[in-house]
Amino acid sequence: MTDLSNKDLSRDAVVPLQVDAASGPEEVLPQPSASTGARSLGAGAWRELRRRPMFWISLALMLLFILMAIFPQLFTSKDPAFADLNKARQKPSSEALFGYDSQGYDVYARTVYGARASISVGILATAFSLIFGSLVGIIAGYRGGWLDSVIGRIAEIFLAIPLLLGGILFLYTFPNEIDTPFWIAVGKVALVIAILAWPTITRLMRSSVLQVKPNDYVQAARALGASPGRIITSHILPNSLASVIVVSTINLGVFISTEAALSFLGVGLQPPVISWGNMISDASGIGLIRVAPHMLLFPSLFLSLTVLSFIMLGDVVRDALDPRLR
Amino acid sequence: MIPVIIGCTFLIYAMVFALPGNPAEGRCGDRPCPPSYVAAFTKEYNLDKPLLVQYALYMGNVVRGDLGNNFYGNPVTHELAIRFPTTIKLALMAITIEIAIGISAGIVAGIRHGKFLDNLVTVSTLVVISIPVFVLGSLAQLIFGVKLGWFPVTSLKGTFYELIMPAFVLASVSLAYVARLMRTNLVENLRSDYVRTARAKGLSRGRTVGVHTLRNSLIPVITYIGIDLGALMGGAVITERIFNINGVGNFLYRSIHQKDGVAVVGTITCLVLIFLLANLVVDILYGVLDPRISND
Repeated sequence: MTDLSNKDLSRDAVVPLQVDAASGPEEVLPQPSASTGARSLGAGAWRELRRRPMFWISLALMLLFILMAIFPQLFTSKDPAFADLNKARQKPSSEALFGYDSQGYDVYARTVYGARASISVGILATAFSLIFGSLVGIIAGYRGGWLDSVIGRIAEIFLAIPLLLGGILFLYTFPNEIDTPFWIAVGKVALVIAILAWPTITRLMRSSVLQVKPNDYVQAARALGASPGRIITSHILPNSLASVIVVSTINLGVFISTEAALSFLGVGLQPPVISWGNMISDASGIGLIRVAPHMLLFPSLFLSLTVLSFIMLGDVVRDALDPRLR
Repeated sequence: MIPVIIGCTFLIYAMVFALPGNPAEGRCGDRPCPPSYVAAFTKEYNLDKPLLVQYALYMGNVVRGDLGNNFYGNPVTHELAIRFPTTIKLALMAITIEIAIGISAGIVAGIRHGKFLDNLVTVSTLVVISIPVFVLGSLAQLIFGVKLGWFPVTSLKGTFYELIMPAFVLASVSLAYVARLMRTNLVENLRSDYVRTARAKGLSRGRTVGVHTLRNSLIPVITYIGIDLGALMGGAVITERIFNINGVGNFLYRSIHQKDGVAVVGTITCLVLIFLLANLVVDILYGVLDPRISND
């Protein structure tokens, strides 16, 4: 296979995650087959990934935004909570790169500081749904029987509630107030997203457990007296981790976008928490767009680039892990 | 199907009515409600009874078309009924755009696999997926509404012309997913044995793609469009807010801000029911499209 055609074949779609949910036990991802060792697959995927510019671009963007979330001081020396009403809605200038917003806040400083809330929600929601979803999925797949059916039914109920509508409803019941501490507000939004998103991971994990479980080496391990815990950690997890991590990376991008949408609607994070969704919400409205489009454009750009970096990374890694390409 | 409906509606109901905090709160504006009002409200919605009984009584009313009264004392069913035509019009326009552009872009990319057009479609769809709907909506307002003046910036009356821009915005993300899904399926099917056989026995490329491959590739896309209706409903809340369309989404948005629990529960219950029914229809359609799948 020539270099060119190899590259062409590998550009698969970002398959919408929920399709998996509807079509039952088929997976989004081709599972690494049992005969390919985890190491050789990993090494092959890495060789494949290194050659892709998309991989390096998305990785660099992702690391940049994560760095921004952890150390915003590195990117700006201005105080995002300092407002000068005299400068309200001033256009971008050499003094303020992205201009000023309606309150006279520096848009660049706030955009940099906004990364923390948005990315934290994404990472926490992914972590919650990953941990809970995999745990439940492993139990369902490993134990089978009535427990599996019960978990399956419950997952179906949560899947039937659209993410954004469910998020609106849950956050309506547990609203964030102005005096809610930062991490509680962020954790609440993340938890709500995770509550609605865990079934995707559960289904993925369950189907990979079912796929690995009947293999001879698992039977052999069991015959040798390995405990279920050992079988799961050393045989089942390595086989399913790759696909679950890819789906979670893509989910992370989707969750950041969901948080922004919820904040935009006024039910997610509330001011004074600085988040991209809040900034965009403040900047929208046709009167403002006309006089101060910079208020909208810059936070939107950062938000879109962050979401893009996670989705693109997941997409590229998925392609690299696809055994059909080798 | 039935257990899922019951489970979902119960979850939605319990989220608003069973949790600590007074559901009557916020029904009297910023001031606390007088005790007599709280008592009347509690009685009307059976809040003094056990949760399961409350829920059963509520669902009994829902089946009879009564979703309770909102903040202003109007029946929620009535409020929804006057707004649904606009939202349905918007949703149908969005789905049409999604199908027309998404599927054709996917087919073009799939056939020109690896060529320039394919790269263009894959990269541009990834970009569209990453831009949140509300950003896209505001940008469309700025560019096509204010700068170019092609379309009205808001859609108060909900006419076809006014809804074109909102429908494109609402369709954008799903359109990108449909295109990618269509492309992947087409590429995969074009590589399959039955296509090779069809080509080997001398069928033209148009016929192999048009007759043999397309039908098989459409199946997952149709499922996706059914599931996507959920995302479309969420998107409608945002789109209707941005373009000030007087539809169900905007009603939900305003109900949330007025802390009108009855209207919120009623609207979301109604939307989720529609979503589930639509997916039932898709499941049935599935069997028609693909005879290998039976609906037994």
